[in-house]
Amino acid sequence: MTETPMIGGNMIDFRKEFFADERPEKLNEIGKPTRRQDITGHVTGRSPFYDDHLFEGLLHMRCVRSPHHAARIRRIDTSAAERMPGVQRIVLGRDVPRNLNTLLSLLDFGIDDEPILSTDRVRYKGEPVAAVIAATDAQARDAVAAIRVEWEPLPHVLDVEAAIKPGAPAVLDIYPNNKFAYHGKYDHQKLRYGDVETAFRQADHVVEGRYQMSPIEQAPVETCGAIAAPEQNGRWVCYTSTQALFFSLGTAAKVLEMPSSRLHFIGGTVGGGFGGKVDSIHEPMAILGAMLTGRPVKFMWDREEEMQVGAPRGAELWIVKDGVMRDGRIIARQFTGYFDSGAYTRLSSYAVIKCVGHLPGPYTIPNVHANVYCVFTNRTPATAMRGFGITGVDFAIEAHMDKVAEAVGMNPIELRLLNAYRDGDMKAHRRIAKNCALIECCQVVAEKAGVKLAPHLAALASTRDGGGDRARLPAHTVTDENGRVQGYQPWSYARKNAPARDPFVGAPPPVQPPRAPAAGTPAVNAPPRADQPPPPPPPSPASPPRQGALRFSSLSGFRRR
Amino acid sequence: MALKPVTFTLNGNAKAAFTEDGQNLLDFLRRSVGDLSPKYGCGQGGCGACTVLMDGAPVLACLTLAEAAQGARIETAAGLAGAALHPLQEAFMERFAAQCGYCTPGMLMAARALLDRNPRPSRDEVIEAISGNICRCTGYEPIIAAILDVAEGRVRA
Amino acid sequence: MTVHRGRGFACINYPIGMNLGGDPSQALVHSNPDGKFTVALSAIDLGQGMKSVTRQIAAETLGVPIEDVYVDTADSDTGPHDMGSFASRGTHRMGNAVIMAAQEARAVMLEAAAEELEVDAADLMTDGRGNIHVKGAPSRSITTMAAAQAAQFRQGRTIAGRGIFLVPLSEVDPETGEMTPVTTFAHAAMLVSVEVDDETGEVTVTDMQSAYEVGRALNPRLVEQQLRGGAWMGMSHAAWETTEPHYPSRDHGPVDFGTYLMPGPGDLAPHHISILERPAADGPFGGKGPGEMCANPVLPAVVNAVYDAVGVRIDSLPVTPEKVLRGLQANGGARPRHRL
Repeated sequence: MTETPMIGGNMIDFRKEFFADERPEKLNEIGKPTRRQDITGHVTGRSPFYDDHLFEGLLHMRCVRSPHHAARIRRIDTSAAERMPGVQRIVLGRDVPRNLNTLLSLLDFGIDDEPILSTDRVRYKGEPVAAVIAATDAQARDAVAAIRVEWEPLPHVLDVEAAIKPGAPAVLDIYPNNKFAYHGKYDHQKLRYGDVETAFRQADHVVEGRYQMSPIEQAPVETCGAIAAPEQNGRWVCYTSTQALFFSLGTAAKVLEMPSSRLHFIGGTVGGGFGGKVDSIHEPMAILGAMLTGRPVKFMWDREEEMQVGAPRGAELWIVKDGVMRDGRIIARQFTGYFDSGAYTRLSSYAVIKCVGHLPGPYTIPNVHANVYCVFTNRTPATAMRGFGITGVDFAIEAHMDKVAEAVGMNPIELRLLNAYRDGDMKAHRRIAKNCALIECCQVVAEKAGVKLAPHLAALASTRDGGGDRARLPAHTVTDENGRVQGYQPWSYARKNAPARDPFVGAPPPVQPPRAPAAGTPAVNAPPRADQPPPPPPPSPASPPRQGALRFSSLSGFRRR
Repeated sequence: MALKPVTFTLNGNAKAAFTEDGQNLLDFLRRSVGDLSPKYGCGQGGCGACTVLMDGAPVLACLTLAEAAQGARIETAAGLAGAALHPLQEAFMERFAAQCGYCTPGMLMAARALLDRNPRPSRDEVIEAISGNICRCTGYEPIIAAILDVAEGRVRA
Repeated sequence: MTVHRGRGFACINYPIGMNLGGDPSQALVHSNPDGKFTVALSAIDLGQGMKSVTRQIAAETLGVPIEDVYVDTADSDTGPHDMGSFASRGTHRMGNAVIMAAQEARAVMLEAAAEELEVDAADLMTDGRGNIHVKGAPSRSITTMAAAQAAQFRQGRTIAGRGIFLVPLSEVDPETGEMTPVTTFAHAAMLVSVEVDDETGEVTVTDMQSAYEVGRALNPRLVEQQLRGGAWMGMSHAAWETTEPHYPSRDHGPVDFGTYLMPGPGDLAPHHISILERPAADGPFGGKGPGEMCANPVLPAVVNAVYDAVGVRIDSLPVTPEKVLRGLQANGGARPRHRL
């Protein structure tokens, strides 16, 4: 195989001298530049993406969407649309067997909060309230335009800082202060390691910064979608662009109240994902359409939907404060973080925990403190994207490191080397670091860029001089009970105080910390808001609610020790 | 809905199929004719995934009416290979110039159109030729390198 | 008008796999009677190379040529459960599951060969070219095809294997955040050079010098695909993209590729990549997942480079000409730092 270098300095080299003693094996296939198994299909146009499956009589599904950030649905009039050419069926929320879901319910993480097709209220611009199934895509679009919805616009909130202020409109009634509930106990995830306040007083410099990560579209060239069709023997086949076949299958089984054995999912050849194809919206909708019409149905986003209705990488706001000594040692780091989850939870609750486990970045810092919030706003729900939970905070940390370097007058690479974590060091999540290589990466880049390092920093290694004092837990960690919530089950991240496992069973509304007195009456034990829709009726004994639904994790999995 | 016959050649083979009012060439080729190599990426002419050649010139099939193919010579990525792969296909394989592969058919046809009219393009000319084709995976450099490999004779069929 | 040059640095680590674990992957491997293997998965290849890397892992473990292995994914009727392709988990989780399945299948293949050769299976080795022979005696050999045929038609053995990999689910302390987030981390450092035009506010990334530590480069070209494409995406995140240009307002959101901006082939910066490999103890052949972390250092490195060039801190992404110009105005002009 020829190894012609790329044009214009796009070189690659393998620095085999690093950690060579940790790679003694002689391997045969591993390490070879073998061509991709799928490359011939790609260059001949034969790789089978989900939309490359043709069906005679394929129908097309398109959604009616909210033009408001928040509104009550007074009435949906489908009569004109039903009579339009090619229209086979109008789908409403009442057609969805279990019209409430949260994606991570398969992991017992979070309360079902999002309707498949909303029936009473919308919480973001673009939220679907009805779907048309028609013979052609154009006919479906025409019929969508003919459906009349009477909206009653409601107050909305778009900004995370406004959303958590007293008096802000509640996006979701189950989270009255617009904050996800962690462990059934707090309205944020805490990280407490040592005593940052004392360390700030001892530091030579305190450096503060505020960072905003923008919302970003995954933008795979293939848009999200699924085609479902009746298969044989009462089964349904679904060709899908999902990034997670069994996640989508499990979600469809739950929402459609159907055993997984009646679902046949085919995918695996996907035109880019980057996190935007995990939300499992299209699969249940396409299968439902096929069930209601008895015909193959395609539900596929166009590019505009992909960009504005498809969940983006959410915005994040970070406030970082460092205590640093004159010689560059960072002795304390404090974070306040807000993940903008949009109108529903999707995966943001999980990203917060992942992010907290990542703090304070790849550095050994003896005092760390973080409060990280998953905040609901009337925006398109956020979801995963490449680097989920990490990219935004790494932007904040590394932009902040540059300010710290300037404050102490150090070369920015040297500041990183001085504070870099090494094998054996204690991390803020209270586990010992191993298999580190940050120091070596910094040294290689410095060498390539001609940045001269101080000899003692050029001589550092991840494998040396870690542990010891650096492995010790702080003698004292300051904790607090700020942000207590009530009414959620105590053993999980966020579960209503329901007598049974099933969130469909009616339960008293949960309560988050009281709003400031200025907001009016204290919210503790407040009655349900007058505009709150009645809880859905409990399931009849004849149809146990869990029938057919997959679960990837037992409830005890998230129970505390 | 009125159906209209369209006769044309697809990758050298005579074809005839009916088109519906307002149907675009992309939908026509994929669903009415069965050539799935042009891809839908946006339907707005913004991504180039549907690029095919019409009488030798690259067109965005999603913005072209199917009726416009009447009497035309249409070429798609599915017809790029003869008995052997086209040099561009070889070069894309060699350069690891595809990841998800969804933009690849359109990218190949944009490159094919360039090399047909200018067999020895410069790097800038390659960039210009594929600037209407979006790739979200590769960062473009391997694609540019693959096309230049063919242009500069490093890859032959 | 002056164009100012600056350099910015950033470094990161990245957790591999779902936070807290609890995200299993399964794999099934079986042989045809002629010794050609199928790996059945429900993992997703969305361009990252899942089919290709698991194929190499299976071939290495089975001890057969790469041509003798085909990866079939994803069909829920045949591919066993997998959590999905996200969180840089594919290579790590599924790679380990494939190793386990391939080891089980290999053991049966060697037993079949041992019976044909009338030796102990523990004395056999594969040459990776389709032969099984006695250690130290290459002439006493049998092809993998003959062993597979014997297993199927004479001995009645199934050359097949099952694999699963699971990092057990761990917990989080509500009071301190104590947790076991993941078992392995990848690393990266990046130095970016930019040019900033102090009249238009435009920022151009002119060069990227990086080092990425990936555990082991299971396929160096697949790793390069991820890193080159991912760093491009990082550059795009830093200076081009957003769905909400006036966040938190939702106005003027892009709806097409004419308004959702990303660097095109004419906007690239040369990227010189260095790869370091420190194998992860529980990674497949030490491999980690390079697919997500590659973008992360670029975002802060770009804003740090802008500061180095003109003394303007951009703390809110993306870096737009408007933000640069407002910063220059507030500072009374460019104040180059040149600290790197």
